[in-house]
Amino acid sequence: MNDPRDVVAREAALLDARRFDDWLALFADDGHYWVPLLGAAQADPFSHNSLAYEDRLLLQLRVDRLKNPRAHSQHPASRSQHVLQASRIEDESGGEVHLRTPFLYIEARGEDQILLSGTARHHLVRTPAGWAIREKRIDLLDAARALPAIQLFI
Amino acid sequence: MTSYRHHPDRVAALVQNDRVHRDLYLSEEIFALEQAHLFANTWVYLGHASQVPEPGDFVAQDIAGRPLLMVRQPDGAVHVLYNRCAHKGTQLVTDESGNTGRFFRCPYHAWTYKLDGAPLGVPLKNGYEGTQLKACESGRGLSVVKHVKVYRDFVFVRLSDTGPSFEDYFGEVLGAIDNMVDRSPEGKLSVGGGVLRNIVHCNWKMYLENINDTVHPMSTHESATKAAEALWEGRAPTDPKPMAMEQILPFGSGYEFFDKMGGRVFANGHSVLGVNFSIHSNYAQLPAYEAAMQAAHGAQRAADILQRSPQNSVFYPSLSVKGSPQAIRVIRPLAANRTLIEAWSFRAAGAPALLFERAMSYNRLVFSPMSVVAHDDVHLFESIQRGLHAGGNEWVSLHRNYDAAELAQSTVTTNGTNELLMRNQFRAWAKSMAAGMEAAP
Repeated sequence: MNDPRDVVAREAALLDARRFDDWLALFADDGHYWVPLLGAAQADPFSHNSLAYEDRLLLQLRVDRLKNPRAHSQHPASRSQHVLQASRIEDESGGEVHLRTPFLYIEARGEDQILLSGTARHHLVRTPAGWAIREKRIDLLDAARALPAIQLFI
Repeated sequence: MTSYRHHPDRVAALVQNDRVHRDLYLSEEIFALEQAHLFANTWVYLGHASQVPEPGDFVAQDIAGRPLLMVRQPDGAVHVLYNRCAHKGTQLVTDESGNTGRFFRCPYHAWTYKLDGAPLGVPLKNGYEGTQLKACESGRGLSVVKHVKVYRDFVFVRLSDTGPSFEDYFGEVLGAIDNMVDRSPEGKLSVGGGVLRNIVHCNWKMYLENINDTVHPMSTHESATKAAEALWEGRAPTDPKPMAMEQILPFGSGYEFFDKMGGRVFANGHSVLGVNFSIHSNYAQLPAYEAAMQAAHGAQRAADILQRSPQNSVFYPSLSVKGSPQAIRVIRPLAANRTLIEAWSFRAAGAPALLFERAMSYNRLVFSPMSVVAHDDVHLFESIQRGLHAGGNEWVSLHRNYDAAELAQSTVTTNGTNELLMRNQFRAWAKSMAAGMEAAP
């Protein structure tokens, strides 16, 4: 998979298939998953809070928890659908690439459904095994509004 | 379903000594009565003065269904007005916060008001000559919330003209705000990093009860704590714990830990859980911060302040405070089955940045809509909200460690798993509802 745009599509497909271990394996060791509370306006994860800002340890915790039958909030289980617009490469140099991908995200559970929208921003780094995710940043259109539980990965 | 309006006796009967009736959580009529009485005659948290630092700064916030404005005045005072033009009812501002300059101007017909709500001007003034405008409410400017207390920058309102004074209402539990503020070597806090907002489809009282529920973490949070423990297993005790692990792992503590942390209840529904210690007691020491605290307060007092780190201090019925980490939750009821929960982080002036980082990290890990800890709480609250519709049993049990002697006491210190901390909330609920309904049936 040489085209980094394919990595973005595959990443979303793995989430929607609930293949969380395979999804996590796409992240670099120093990789982060970040959903800033100010959306696109936020400069960094430290001066302002975020809905999520997780390194591999915390992402692993999330993935492991979902496997536990006593993850009560997963009865019934949540399912997700990422609807991606074409990814655009913003910058590519020295084995690193930045992409922007506008999306709609639907998370369904039982009779309920949440719809979120925004732009995913992937920072990928080239490794011997292919592209790895150094950061997946999700700029929600309305991150600061009151939200119900979002249980899977946008 | 039973009708409660005009029947304070029926409302009072919903709270028994050791259990409560499901209509407390399910009835829309009870919810409307709470909005009219309980949230009017108690002191409710509106916001923090640091949200409006400059004259003209405002925050718009609904309390009990009434739109309010917290406004910084030219003289530095914080006033609270109703966000309603005296003319036709337009909200003067529809942004959540901002700066209005030196006056408010209604966007509909350009009536203007000073920052304290006094009337400034109306167009076509001559048209009001010989009318009764000035003699009625509409000519007197914006309605003002008369009962406002700014306690160490925490702003509370009592909407009703009847009800206890601020000091009588909160009493000793104010020590929890003191402790939070005293943790700043300069005695000053400010909100920072934004607010995490959660919509939970449950009754607000269920959420507030759970803040004092020490028996749920073992079973409710098992999936999150087991995953955290497995990831951390095998590390040497000397391995530096990432902040997230330091904050999540204690959720896996056993019943004995939670029982021994102890709790204390006060009159009017307030409480401190974790009077002896809490899941927040073992955060890493910060020598430079402790030195700054000693310089500010003296060695003994600094030690007293820092040693005290309860789990949660509840300012019934709207606020829960944590001194360490520096975080609060605000409970904003929206409907019988819908509640808004806000989680705010604070910066303590003169304290290292790490304290603010702890506050934000804790809120993000535990009180974000994406929190793996909260997911199971929220799911179970929503499950209770549905489950209570079942037939066969209309009551919710609060029997654990019930002792008839507690009925005659106001301040009680007890074991951490005693459901007295919840019974005490409901007794205050019944008292406040009855007082309101009898005064204005």
